[in-house]
Amino acid sequence: MDKVVQKAIASDKRWRAVYIACGLLIVALTLLMGAFLLYQGSQTFIKAHHSIWEFLFTSDWAPLDKTGLFGGKVGAAVYIVGSLETCLLALVICLPFAIGSAVYMTEISPKIGEKYFRPATEIYVSIPSVVYGWFGMTKLVPLIKNIFHPAMGGYSVLAASIVLAIMIFPTITTVSADAIKSVPMSYREGAYGLGATRWQVIGKVVLPAASGGILTGVILGLARAIGEALAVAMVIGKTRSFAANLLSPTSNLTSAIAADMGNTAQGGEYNLALWTMALLLFIISIVLIVLIHKLANGKKDK
Amino acid sequence: MSGKKTRVVVIALALLAIVVGCVVGSSKADTKGVSGTVNAAGSSALLPLVQSAAKSFMDENPDSVINTNGGGSGQGLQQVSDGTIDIGDSDLFAEEKLDKKSASKLVDHQVAITAIAPIVNKEAGVKSLTTQQLIDVYTGKVTNWKQVGGNDCKIVLISRPASSGTRATFEQYALNKTASRSNQSLETDDSGTLIQMIQSVEGAVGYVALSYLTGNPDVTAVAINGVKPTLANVYNGSYKVWNYEHMYTKGQPKKAAVKAFLKKMLSKEYESKVEGMGYGVASKLSDKAKKEHK
Repeated sequence: MDKVVQKAIASDKRWRAVYIACGLLIVALTLLMGAFLLYQGSQTFIKAHHSIWEFLFTSDWAPLDKTGLFGGKVGAAVYIVGSLETCLLALVICLPFAIGSAVYMTEISPKIGEKYFRPATEIYVSIPSVVYGWFGMTKLVPLIKNIFHPAMGGYSVLAASIVLAIMIFPTITTVSADAIKSVPMSYREGAYGLGATRWQVIGKVVLPAASGGILTGVILGLARAIGEALAVAMVIGKTRSFAANLLSPTSNLTSAIAADMGNTAQGGEYNLALWTMALLLFIISIVLIVLIHKLANGKKDK
Repeated sequence: MSGKKTRVVVIALALLAIVVGCVVGSSKADTKGVSGTVNAAGSSALLPLVQSAAKSFMDENPDSVINTNGGGSGQGLQQVSDGTIDIGDSDLFAEEKLDKKSASKLVDHQVAITAIAPIVNKEAGVKSLTTQQLIDVYTGKVTNWKQVGGNDCKIVLISRPASSGTRATFEQYALNKTASRSNQSLETDDSGTLIQMIQSVEGAVGYVALSYLTGNPDVTAVAINGVKPTLANVYNGSYKVWNYEHMYTKGQPKKAAVKAFLKKMLSKEYESKVEGMGYGVASKLSDKAKKEHK
């Protein structure tokens, strides 16, 4: 009897150690990656003596591409603006559809919503981004070209935003639907009891009550959109200038990194500038994640 | 508990025995050919040739393993200079990417040459351009194909990223070292995608290595100053837009497998294979072509 207990305790301890080790490894890996990015990314400012201002707010992009040779220009504003505008436009396109779908599958027709709509939406998440990109490049880009006849043939901010909108749609929809579902039934009953119509209940009671959760979905979607490289790179045109309008091409952070990371000389100014762009993406996603936590905690406090 | 442990030990020993047996057995069984591992990485333009050579080399030398990777010329040069790989593939001379000290330690093996051809969308309606016209097109001086003898069709520039070896070669030899206007051009980091874009965007112009045109895609290869981009014209020195494909080793190759692999790639028998894939053979270059390059 004693032996059995001892064995159980021993195996308990062993597994505890294994899980702690696994957990610590993941934490250490994240920290290491962050530290590495911070080190590599800051070299543009430390080793190559560029100012943070130049990197963030100027658009002269001509870094030198040879190990140990500095003195070019590293203004990345074109890429930063490109990333921000495509993400925000994607959000604008996606949000009405996402919230509408979330309301439909929770408030209007929960049965169909839970059985068909939600699984159908979730399938979107598992489609690899190259498929979206390919679809965008072979169908969406020619479509834009044929409708609007832009000078550079369909590769545009609009195409990138639409592709991104489709990609973040499921995230925002499912998270919003969960948030709406968690609004207590008594809120609705109270509102109906006061004589509100269904539209009033949804618009004035349920959505405001679920707004914290919806915002979490929006930020999760944004985080995915800002980090997406492949699909955007295939349709944005990667022109290294600001977009004159929605139909003109531009570039963004992720495509610029992906385009040049392999061919640039390591330790060269060009390579370092790309690392700095990677660091910027890392910082953006950390800020977004902190925002999510803040939102979640804020809701608990209420 | 102890029963479980012995079982694990027995299984481990058995596996070890099998592995050891295999290694010992294979090294005895086959004495012909070279054995060893070769790691080659770098230029994506050269990768198809290296891959095909690696495959046939491994068929001939069953005990050898050749790992081939892309990653870009910059990666290839850096890694061979660090000693992490045996062969670094590059479109450019090492001096153009690395500092002098690391570049001087590398030994250059020029295994092939790549000719780069300007290609245009069918709607453009041009078959030949002068160097000056090409420069005007790529600097945005002319914006419609009718200004250079083509149809009334807007010009859409498509280029490769600034760090691309193909782009460096094109700007140096086709545009006489004029930098193309990347802030007015669409860009793609893949030659296959570039061809697809040229096919679909009216009036588009770009450039690819001849090896990408062997499949006869639906685009027009443009002659420069009346000289068609063909290997024959590269050899006789009349077509100027080409570069050497380098395989760099750190010092003279010491490993037998590396030596044998490079020897195979530079061998007479392999030349027809090289040309079949759209690359040129460095040994066929006329003196005129060699002298006028650079």
